[in-house]
Amino acid sequence: MTDALLVQHLSKRFGTRQAVDNVSFALNIGDVLGFLGPNGAGKSTTMRMLTGFLPPDNGTIAVFGQDLQKSTQAVQTLIGYVPEGAPLYGDMTVYEFLQFICAARGVLKSRRALALYDAAEKTALHEVLDQRIETLSKGYKRRAALASALVHNPPLLILDEPTDGLDPNQKHTMRALIKALSAEKAILISTHILEEVDAVCTRALILAEGRVRYLGTAAGLRTAADVPQPARLEDVFRSLTQIQPPMQQRSAA
Amino acid sequence: MSAALRPYRRPAPVLTAFWWGRVGALLDKEWAGYFTTPLAYVFLTLFLLVAGVLTFFMGNFLERGQADLLPFFNFHPWLYLVFIPALSMRLIAEERKSGTLELLLTLPIGAVQAILAKFLACWLFCGLALLLTVPLWITVNYLGSPDNGLILASYLASWLCAAGFVAIGLFASALSRNQVTAFVVGVVLSFALLVGGTPLMTQLFAPWAGVFVVEAIAGLSMLTHFDTLTKGLITLKAAGYFVVLVVVFLCMAAETLKAEKNA
Repeated sequence: MTDALLVQHLSKRFGTRQAVDNVSFALNIGDVLGFLGPNGAGKSTTMRMLTGFLPPDNGTIAVFGQDLQKSTQAVQTLIGYVPEGAPLYGDMTVYEFLQFICAARGVLKSRRALALYDAAEKTALHEVLDQRIETLSKGYKRRAALASALVHNPPLLILDEPTDGLDPNQKHTMRALIKALSAEKAILISTHILEEVDAVCTRALILAEGRVRYLGTAAGLRTAADVPQPARLEDVFRSLTQIQPPMQQRSAA
Repeated sequence: MSAALRPYRRPAPVLTAFWWGRVGALLDKEWAGYFTTPLAYVFLTLFLLVAGVLTFFMGNFLERGQADLLPFFNFHPWLYLVFIPALSMRLIAEERKSGTLELLLTLPIGAVQAILAKFLACWLFCGLALLLTVPLWITVNYLGSPDNGLILASYLASWLCAAGFVAIGLFASALSRNQVTAFVVGVVLSFALLVGGTPLMTQLFAPWAGVFVVEAIAGLSMLTHFDTLTKGLITLKAAGYFVVLVVVFLCMAAETLKAEKNA
C-alpha cells in the first residue's frame, strides 16, 4: 500500500540556518495532519518543498509512490495547495480565476464547467463568482483560494495556515469544510492555533527549529510531554518547542 | 484493510498533460490581464502618439518627399527602449511581491512554461501596437507608391526587435520584486545592447582594445542588426541575432526563477 504522502529525511538549509532538519512522516487518505510549531519553525518551508516550489537539499518526497523530484509536474497534478496568506490574482473575477486554474491544471475543456461548479459549491462561492477578487472579504478570498486547490479534485491537499486571519465564524466554516473533505483526501494543514488540533486534526506533527518534536495522534499529544496531567495543549506545546535560553547555557559552562 | 488504507481513486475531472496547453492557459490569462485595467489602452494610445510625433516632426516624414516608412521604423528601437521595459516590468516582479508566484509555480507549470507564456503574451501585445500603426502604411500608399515588400519586411524586423526587448525586460523583471527596479534594469540592459555598435560605444573601446574586441562588441548591438533588417536585407545573421538574443534572455529568466526557489 503506497502512502498518499511519504516524506523521508527532508532537509533544507538557507545560508547558515538549518530551516528543516531531517523531517520524516507519512500521510494517508482520511488523515488530517496538523503541522504545528512556533513561527519560523520550518512549517512553510516544508510545505513549499512538498509542493515542488522549493527543492530540498536532502531527502525524498513521494506522492502515491511517485517521486516529486523526478516527475514534479505529474506529482503537482495530485496536489491542491493554498500557500501562506492565500495569494490570489486580485484583478480577476473568481470565475475567471477558477477558469484559469482549471486550464493550467489541465482539466479538459468539456469538464471545466462541472469541475468549477463542484469546487464553488463545496466552498459556497456561488454568490461572488462574478466579483473581482480584490473586492472580496478575507473569508471569501480564503474560500476562493481553497476552491482553486479543489478544482482538479486532488487526493492530497496542503493548506498553509488556512484559518489565519479569519473571524471565529469563518474559522468554524473553514474547519467544517476541511473535515468534510477529509473523508476522501489526505490533508496537511499548518497552524499555530492549538485549538485547531482538537477541532480538525486526526494526527499532529510538532516542528521546532526544523526538527520533529512530536509525531502521532492528535489525542496522544496531551500526554507527549513531561508536564503534569491532565495537561493543557498550551503547556505541552511550550514544553515540546521551547528553546534553551542562551543565558542558562552560559552559566552552566 | 482499514478505512485509512483505501486505495487511491482516480479524481473525477479528466486531466490532460499537454505541455503547450499549460503555456496556452497562462498565455490566455496574461493576455486578458492587459485589458482588465485601462493600462493597455493608455499604453497603446501613448505609443501611437509618440510614434506619430517622432515620425512626422523629428523624422520629417512629409518634407522628405519620399514614399517610404524609414523615418518611422528608425525610431522604433528608441521607442521600445522606454515602452517595452514599462510593459514587461510587472510580469514577474508583481507576482513575486504579491506572493502569486508561489501559486503559479506550484500549479503544474514549470519555470520555462511560465516564462514562455509571459513572453508570448507581451510580444503579442507589442504586435498589436505595431498593427495599430498600419494606417500610416496606408497613408504612404495613398501619397505615393512605396516598396510594400520592404515595409512588410521592416514591420517584421521591428516586431523581431521588440521580441529582444521583451526578453530583456522579462529577465529584468525576474531579477526583482520591485517593478521600478525591474524597469530601470531593463532600460539599462537594453540600452547597453542597443548602442553597442554605435560610435559612442566603439570609441570607448577602440583606443585600448583590439580590433576583434571592438568588432565583437559592435556585433552585439541590436541597432546594427536592426538597420540591416529594415534595409530589406533579411539575412540569417541579423534575424538569427535576435532569435539568439531572445533565447539567451528567456533561458536566463527561467534559470533566475528556478534559482530563486533556493533563496
